[in-house]
Amino acid sequence: MSQFAINLLFVGASFALYIGIAIWARAGSTKDFYVAGGGVHPITNGMATAADWMSAASFISMAGLLASGGYANSTFLMGWTGGFVILAMLLAPYLRKFGKFTVPDFIGDRFYSNTARFVAIVCLIIASVTYVIGQMTGAGVAFSRFLEVSNTWGIWLAALIVFLYAVFGGMKGITYTQVAQYIVLIVAYTIPAVFIAFQLTGNPIPMFGMFSTHTESGIPLLQKLDDVVSALGFQDYTADVDNKLNMVLFTLSLMVGTAGLPHVIIRFFTVPKVSDARWSAGWALVFIALLYLTAPAVGSMARLNLMTTVYPEMAGQVENYEEAAQTPILYEERPDWFRTWEDTGLITFNDLNNDGRIQFYNDAADYADRGWEGNELTVNNDILVLANPEIANLPGWVIGLIAAGGIAAALSTAAGLLLAISSAISHDLIKTMINPNISEKGEMLAARISMGGAILLATYLGLNPPGFAAQTVALAFGIAGASLFPALMMGIFSTRMNNVGAIAGMLSGLICTLLYIFTYLGWFFIPGTNTLANTPDNWILGISPLSFGAVGAMINFIVAFAVSSVTAKPPQEIRELVESVRYPKGAGTAINH
Amino acid sequence: MADDKSNAAEYWKANVRLIFGCLVVWAFVSYGCAILFRPLLASIPVGGTDLGFWFAQQGSILTFIVLIFFYAWRMNKLDQKFGLGE
Repeated sequence: MSQFAINLLFVGASFALYIGIAIWARAGSTKDFYVAGGGVHPITNGMATAADWMSAASFISMAGLLASGGYANSTFLMGWTGGFVILAMLLAPYLRKFGKFTVPDFIGDRFYSNTARFVAIVCLIIASVTYVIGQMTGAGVAFSRFLEVSNTWGIWLAALIVFLYAVFGGMKGITYTQVAQYIVLIVAYTIPAVFIAFQLTGNPIPMFGMFSTHTESGIPLLQKLDDVVSALGFQDYTADVDNKLNMVLFTLSLMVGTAGLPHVIIRFFTVPKVSDARWSAGWALVFIALLYLTAPAVGSMARLNLMTTVYPEMAGQVENYEEAAQTPILYEERPDWFRTWEDTGLITFNDLNNDGRIQFYNDAADYADRGWEGNELTVNNDILVLANPEIANLPGWVIGLIAAGGIAAALSTAAGLLLAISSAISHDLIKTMINPNISEKGEMLAARISMGGAILLATYLGLNPPGFAAQTVALAFGIAGASLFPALMMGIFSTRMNNVGAIAGMLSGLICTLLYIFTYLGWFFIPGTNTLANTPDNWILGISPLSFGAVGAMINFIVAFAVSSVTAKPPQEIRELVESVRYPKGAGTAINH
Repeated sequence: MADDKSNAAEYWKANVRLIFGCLVVWAFVSYGCAILFRPLLASIPVGGTDLGFWFAQQGSILTFIVLIFFYAWRMNKLDQKFGLGE
């Protein structure tokens, strides 16, 4: 059977599964549509949350980020997991107790203000829409690479599948497909990692293999990797970072952003009890950690494999790296996977010194003494996970599995985001703000139409990604962290916080963060319009625009408390509302109002 | 009624204390061991690198899991003790 047929079989089987689930889990009421009926088991919800959370970026890009950045990119690992600790303790159980369907529901009711509700809706939509673009393009890449269809067809196909189960099943359909998608993606991620860890270290558990001995050279794997990359002028994989302030703030921004992203928060509205919301956050992190603990092993091992593919002599070396560097492989003798990925343009080779060999090193380093005239190989970081099975010579079915896994990761996150967007429109905007008299049936229809509209918008943006698609991390996490997270937290932990304070806080956190991001990344992300060059010298106190979400959150807290303390106390019934969300007693399943 | 109120206030205080304790550990492993104190832990070797690196790529995630389950378990006890569970 050809590789194409195998890929088609795996991806096709996974789609049949998702559609089967969609038919089984049709939504019969708005409660089904928004919170899956409110009866999801905490472990099931943990698994769905893990798939909801782990996007194309986690599945495809994270190992590549770690491979290229090493220790410095540990921020992503800690940020995207540590957020669940604050989510579990500061938000999820209380928002579950509050018992409504959406995040703007809480902000609007708690701050007794439709202005606050509207600000929350706008923040939610901007954060979720920017985030969904990356999922659509990620699905497009996976489709086009593995199913040999064009990128455009890939994105339309992804949109069609999501449409089928999200529009009919709502949160109910999404929840159970996410469970299936989690299983597909974790199996796909783990199997190649186990093979590679075993090949390189003899230890089949990647998270332990990473810290064991590299079989071929007899020295620890990470030391081996440091030696190899430094012989080629790259920074050590484990090298420490000088700008600790920025590293701390970036990690913190990712954490508060994670806790404030609406598509994750609403998953906790689907469990039956407040205590389930707490357990469920723990399970979600267990399932996420299965991938996140493996990712650094995949990153470091794939990097070493890549290096020793180009410099075969280096694999067994312990000290003569200088000599081994003289004999990289001949371009003519490159392995097959190399050729496959060259076709996609994600690996490129340019023989600058015309010796027929591949000199692959840090371009900033000067190796004229070795007769090298510049780095000749560029490898896109994103291919590491996808190419991993081929690099390690694994059987064809593993490649088919990776294809299904990458697509599952992109689809599951896209569906969660689309639900957050459509419920903000149909429930918060239409039902709560515009037409409170809308019938249950009417709201369901509105929810389905807004879901369809959101999918079309996401497809359009996936096909025509705006210039800022690459900046989604800064934007989505900046907005969620600087505006939504502090407002939600203060709404629960401060009985004194009033409407004016919360709105002033959200707006100032949001605006300061956007101003800082725009200053360095271009106004409204239009390339070339940035006021200052995006270099560490220009950053205030060395804080990168990506790290500013944490500062924005602090501004939000300070402004909110300052404004609130000089304006009127919230009314008595609001203080009672805050009291009630603090105690689990009396929580029903999520209800309509 | 007054008893209910003070009981509830006690429960909330206990919850906030517990959260504070958990978040101290949360910050210590991630911002502390993995980032700021890494140079201080450099002398403790872990498989070809140092303890700070291990915390950054493995240890903090493992600690986060333990923290959430510990919190959920303690809160269930508090819910029962104060009679405020579901």
